[in-house]
Amino acid sequence: MSDTRDLTLRVNGTVHHVNVEPRHSLADTLRESCGLTGTHLGCEHGVCGACTVLIDGRATRSCLVFAVQVEGSEIETVEGLAEPDGTLHPLQQAFWEHHGLQCGFCTPGFLMLALGALRENPDLDDEELRDLIASNLCRCTGYQNILTAVRAAADIMRAKARPAPNP
Amino acid sequence: MSWVGRRLPRLEDPALLTGRGQFVADRAKGALAMAFVRSPLAAGALTEIEVPPIDVPDSFVFTAADLFGVGAIEAILNRPDYKRVPQPVLAGDRVVFAGQPVAIAVANSRAAAEDLAEQVFADVEPDEPILTFEDALADGARAVHPEAPGNVLVEGQLRGEGVDSAFDAAAAIVEVELRSERQSAMPLEARGGVAAFDPGSGRVTLYASVQMPHMLRTGLADVLNMPESDLRVVAPDVGGGFGQKMSLFPEYVALVWAARHLKRSIAWIEDRRENFLGASHARDQRFRAKAAFDSDGRILALDADLLSNVGAFSCYPVTCGVEPLMAFAELPGPYRIAHYAVRSRGVTTNTAMMAPYRGVSRPMLTFTMEQLMDRAARQLGLNPLDIRRRNLICDFPHTSPTGLVHDLGSYIEAMDAAARVADLEDFRERQTRARAAGRYLGIGVSVFSERSGYGTPAFAARMMEIVPGYETVDCEMDPSGRVTLAIGASPHGQGLKTALAQLAADRLGVTPEDVRVVSGDTDATPYGWGTFASRSMVIAGGASQMASDKVAEKLRIAAAQMLECAPDDIELADGLAKVQGANRTMRIADIARALHHKSHLFADLAAGLKEQAFYDPAGTFSNACHIAEVEVEPATGGVRVDRFVVVEDAGRLINPLIADGQIAGGVAQGIANALYEELVYDEHGTLLTTSLADYAVPTAFEIPPIDIHHMETLSPATVTKAKGLGEGGTIGAPAAVIGAINDALAPFAVAINTMPATPDRIWQALRDAKDKAA
Repeated sequence: MSDTRDLTLRVNGTVHHVNVEPRHSLADTLRESCGLTGTHLGCEHGVCGACTVLIDGRATRSCLVFAVQVEGSEIETVEGLAEPDGTLHPLQQAFWEHHGLQCGFCTPGFLMLALGALRENPDLDDEELRDLIASNLCRCTGYQNILTAVRAAADIMRAKARPAPNP
Repeated sequence: MSWVGRRLPRLEDPALLTGRGQFVADRAKGALAMAFVRSPLAAGALTEIEVPPIDVPDSFVFTAADLFGVGAIEAILNRPDYKRVPQPVLAGDRVVFAGQPVAIAVANSRAAAEDLAEQVFADVEPDEPILTFEDALADGARAVHPEAPGNVLVEGQLRGEGVDSAFDAAAAIVEVELRSERQSAMPLEARGGVAAFDPGSGRVTLYASVQMPHMLRTGLADVLNMPESDLRVVAPDVGGGFGQKMSLFPEYVALVWAARHLKRSIAWIEDRRENFLGASHARDQRFRAKAAFDSDGRILALDADLLSNVGAFSCYPVTCGVEPLMAFAELPGPYRIAHYAVRSRGVTTNTAMMAPYRGVSRPMLTFTMEQLMDRAARQLGLNPLDIRRRNLICDFPHTSPTGLVHDLGSYIEAMDAAARVADLEDFRERQTRARAAGRYLGIGVSVFSERSGYGTPAFAARMMEIVPGYETVDCEMDPSGRVTLAIGASPHGQGLKTALAQLAADRLGVTPEDVRVVSGDTDATPYGWGTFASRSMVIAGGASQMASDKVAEKLRIAAAQMLECAPDDIELADGLAKVQGANRTMRIADIARALHHKSHLFADLAAGLKEQAFYDPAGTFSNACHIAEVEVEPATGGVRVDRFVVVEDAGRLINPLIADGQIAGGVAQGIANALYEELVYDEHGTLLTTSLADYAVPTAFEIPPIDIHHMETLSPATVTKAKGLGEGGTIGAPAAVIGAINDALAPFAVAINTMPATPDRIWQALRDAKDKAA
């Protein structure tokens, strides 16, 4: 299994030239070849969602995708979430304020899961949000603070996305 | 204004939120990778290990025969009833559970190491596996270990005088036989280590996802027969532990051995399947208990026979006594029991080793006491709250039948407060209306105490060879006025660093942002016992407060000299030393600089601002009441938790935001214990539940909002007045949930006795009741 492929991946707007085995998952490639270790592996069989990233805007388990499948796609990971000057994204800020994380291992996956969904539909109601958050596993928080944080961030993101109407 | 008591967002979070945390796998780059070959069978003679020819550079396979000079892991209790069972690093001539490490494969990537491991075959001449209590305790049962005929590794017995006569005099006798099946702590980050070899010094730095770094260093050095100074253990960011990461596992010994042997850096990052197979499990207990009551519902006596499956080995350092002996000592819980008899046994089987998981025995013993209360109430026609009120501890300090001293608590008050929040009268009306409509609602009450923050006396009483419990903290203010606390505790998600920073900030007159807490690095922190057993806020917190006070005292003396007043007149606040009643101040940072750079001016003071404090408390009891409201669907056996109320009393709250987070997360694990999670071995001892698709960890869909309220009975037994609360959610929730299910199913005369109460168990119980009635 030592045949490798040269790939060009776009991650968080940056081009990475990598050389990986065809069996290499996107998660392993992000972590080992791109140096982006914010994407975590909790199960490597697609249940826990800790490895969730956005591929062309859609939340995806990066442990279930091969790196060779995503050449040409736009990949987003937790490292790209904050502003370049360090200002936290509203989701990150809300997780912080509402204690939406404890050990922090699942957090990047929840952030990317929520980011993908809220970009697609910023008007998710509480029931839809609960359904969404049930996609991933957290062992520390009991989920309520994650839900509260995502709700709070959604409200801020919606307000930002819709500038106030002209007087 | 005080920092203690504020809902301060955590100082730990920005790095974790931006993907810049440093978990152990994030340090594996550049290292060789290790994978384990594990026993495919539960029991038998290991006759041969077939190793393929290796022609790839940097690829190695090692078996027990290669580990010359390496000892076994041996957890010791100095009790006459305790049987020592050494745990080999790699299996030698026999295997004792499916998943036991038998060989290691090292290669230049984890994938290559797994490929290599797959080509190694362990030939096992199988024995009939011993898996259950029935197997292990049967007359003439095969011994899992030759050292322990009879398969009981530890046994506590006590029979108080007056137990039998109390039963003779009873108005009612209630008996239960309850079970909790086997579960996994399931930290989302599995175990893992990177052993970094330094060719210059020959030292190894082991980065490992662990809760007890100093203990790991000692254990590794003992087994590898090396000085501790040649080893540095670092627990970086740890992705949850819940008890599973506090034992010395053979995998870490093998990892450090291989790094030293090959003089290379090597990483072992376990996958989920391996975590289910090879890491510790928990629960798997069967408790039989009977209680004698008088006609007013007062308990006269309690008589219990408790079994804990401890698996194939005794976990180091706390030993397999941890579950059975805690059950032995703490079964009475928050209740006044005059006459107590108990027999508690730890039984070895051909299954994965048991080790602590958040709660340790107390989920089962709370379930047991609360079921006794509920069933006695039913039998005697009493209200479930009244029967508890008549038996709860209300005079403090209270000494339990096994000599545990309960400091000031609020057992009855917390229960009454929870009942008010839950509005029981309103619930009973809703329940009646729902039943008329063919829907089954139930409510369950769980009152419990959480022994927490206990130091060496508690562990010494268990006769542990290694007696954990104290903490030492170094507090240093640098010349810029910033503070570093170096602690021996090792937080892994609890937010302890923020809470300690709040404590120290108040003592030193600075802000929490000015306080950096260093933990988890044996080169940088005083020897300590890590984070487990709801101990860190109490013990590391106490030591942090005491060390900070010593630094503050020195600051006051120096400030008094410079401001020409008495030290007692100096107040440290807002970054300033202020003379009380006068308009004179100095910046604390200027005092700190002076004590470092102009120490000659302070003739009576040693230079610098570094102080150490040591704290070893006897312990304290927090208490809480949980009330769960559920709906059971009799047609499917499905259960939905609709509401969950917690009234918690953990003494002084340092950071209520963090305290609530601990409670909510604990309750979620308790609900999982009650309803969902179960590790299943088949009759051959093969683990069937080796993925998160099989092992049902609840999601946001299953966990309801947790309605948390606090009481603050300040502990007279701790320096911070705080009590530990890390495990309470997990301890109390199962009893509340099962109590609620049994309340819901009362019209069917069905009682659920086994956790988790999965739909099939409930459906089966309903069908059995129907068959019986027919």
